[in-house]
Amino acid sequence: MTARQLFLPNHHPSDAMLVAYGAGSLGEGLSLAVAVHLSHCPDCRATLAEVEALGGALLEDLPPAPLESLSLAATLDRLDREEAPGNPCKALHVEPQWKRHSGTPKTTPAANAQGPTPVPVLPRPLRAYIPALDGLSWQRLAPGVRRVELLPRTASGGAAQLLRIAPGTALPHHGHGGLELTVVLSGHFADELGRYGPGDLAEVDGETSHQPIADSHRDCICLIATDAPLRFTGLMGRLMQPFIGL
Amino acid sequence: MIAPLATLLTHAAGPDRTGTGQPGTGQAPRVCADPAAARQSADLVAVAAGDRQAFARLFAHFAPRVKAYMLKLGMPAQRAEDLAQDTLLSVWRKASLYDPAKAEAATWVFTIARNLRIDALRRERHPEVSDDELLEHEDDRPPADELLDGDRRARRLRGALAALTPEQAEVVRLSFFADLAHPAIAERLDLPLGTVKSRLRLAMAKIRKALGDDDR
Repeated sequence: MTARQLFLPNHHPSDAMLVAYGAGSLGEGLSLAVAVHLSHCPDCRATLAEVEALGGALLEDLPPAPLESLSLAATLDRLDREEAPGNPCKALHVEPQWKRHSGTPKTTPAANAQGPTPVPVLPRPLRAYIPALDGLSWQRLAPGVRRVELLPRTASGGAAQLLRIAPGTALPHHGHGGLELTVVLSGHFADELGRYGPGDLAEVDGETSHQPIADSHRDCICLIATDAPLRFTGLMGRLMQPFIGL
Repeated sequence: MIAPLATLLTHAAGPDRTGTGQPGTGQAPRVCADPAAARQSADLVAVAAGDRQAFARLFAHFAPRVKAYMLKLGMPAQRAEDLAQDTLLSVWRKASLYDPAKAEAATWVFTIARNLRIDALRRERHPEVSDDELLEHEDDRPPADELLDGDRRARRLRGALAALTPEQAEVVRLSFFADLAHPAIAERLDLPLGTVKSRLRLAMAKIRKALGDDDR
C-alpha cells in the first residue's frame, strides 16, 4: 500500500546552494525547499555534512574574541538554574538521538484508506508549516492550478508556497529576478531541463527562464520557494502574477 | 592554518582518550595527529553525562570563537557575547544528541551557532532535516568517520582550507561570514553568477577530497 520510492532523486541543488544552506545564508523559504530535498537524498546530506565540517574548520580558525570577564560564571549560573529540581528544561537530557530508532510512521492509516492515489509522506521539515498534504484548503489560482501559502513574503522578498497542478497544465513561462527552488512532493513535472519526481529539486537562478508542465496522470504537488518575486512573461503570466504572488 | 590550540592543552589529553566514541575500524595509524579534535569530541560526550569540567574546557575553546563568528557577521558586541553564551548553553542542553561518529565537535558547535544566529537576527527558521529521517531510503554508506578517523579528518580539513585559492577562499568566507548566498556574492564581487558557483563547487571538491569521499 505504501508507495515507496524505489529510486533516489535525480535532480539536486548545486554545491553553491548547499554551501549557502549550510552556511546559513539562505532565506527561510529556500532553506525549506533544500531541507525537503535533503530528506530524500543521502548524497546531498553527505555534501551538507562536508559544508558543515568546513564551517567547523572556519570556526576553529577564527581568532578568539575576548569574552566578558564573568562569561563562564554567568553561563554556569544559567545552567544551574536549568538544572534546579522541578525545572522542566532538565528533561532535555534524553537518550542520544543517534541511539534511538526513528520510529516515524511512513504513512498514516488515513492515507492508506484513501484508495488509488497514494498520499505521500510529508517530509519532516514541512511539518512545522502544515500538518499533512491532505485536508489542506487549496486556493484556486487559475484553471488547473491551486495553491497554499506556506510562508508569506519576507522582508527580503522571499516566499514559499505549495502548488497543486493538474495533469497537463503548464505554468506560464517565467523569468526570475533571483533564486527559485521547486521540489516535488508528489506527482511529476517536466521542464526544459528534464523530468522531476518526488524529492527532485529544480534550481533556477537569475539567468534562466523555464516553463514547468505537470506531466503525469495525477496532480503534481510541489513546493516553490523564491528569494525574489518572479517575473512572468507572456499574457497568461501577466494575468496570473497578481494572484500567484510568486 | 592550524588553529591556536596550545592554550587548551593544559589538561593533556592522552591518546587513550582520543578514541572515545569512535568506531575505530581499520584506521590507518595516527601520525602526528592533532589531538584537539578527538579531545573535544570526548569532552562533548562527557558533557552529555553532566561533566562540568569538560564543559568549562569546551567553553574556553569555543565561546570566544563563536563570539568572533557573531562579531564577523555584524552582531554588536553585547549581542555576540550573549549568543556565544547561548550557544554554549545549547551545547550543554543538546550534548546527548551529539554523535561523535558523525561530526567533529567544531562542526556540531558551528551548526548550533549558525541556527541561533538565524533565529536571533532574522527571526526566521532554518528548516532542517534530522539525522534519523531519510525518507524512503536507507543510507547504507558508513559514517564518514569510519573511513577516516576524527583526528586525521580535522587535520586534512585544515589542510584543504589552507589549499583553497584566494578566489575560492574569498567566496567561502563571504558565504559563512558575510551572510551572503551566491547571487549576493556575485553582486558584491561584480562577477557573473556562474563564476561564483564554479568557485564554490571547486572549493567543495577540495573539501570532499580531503575528507576522503571523492568517489561520488
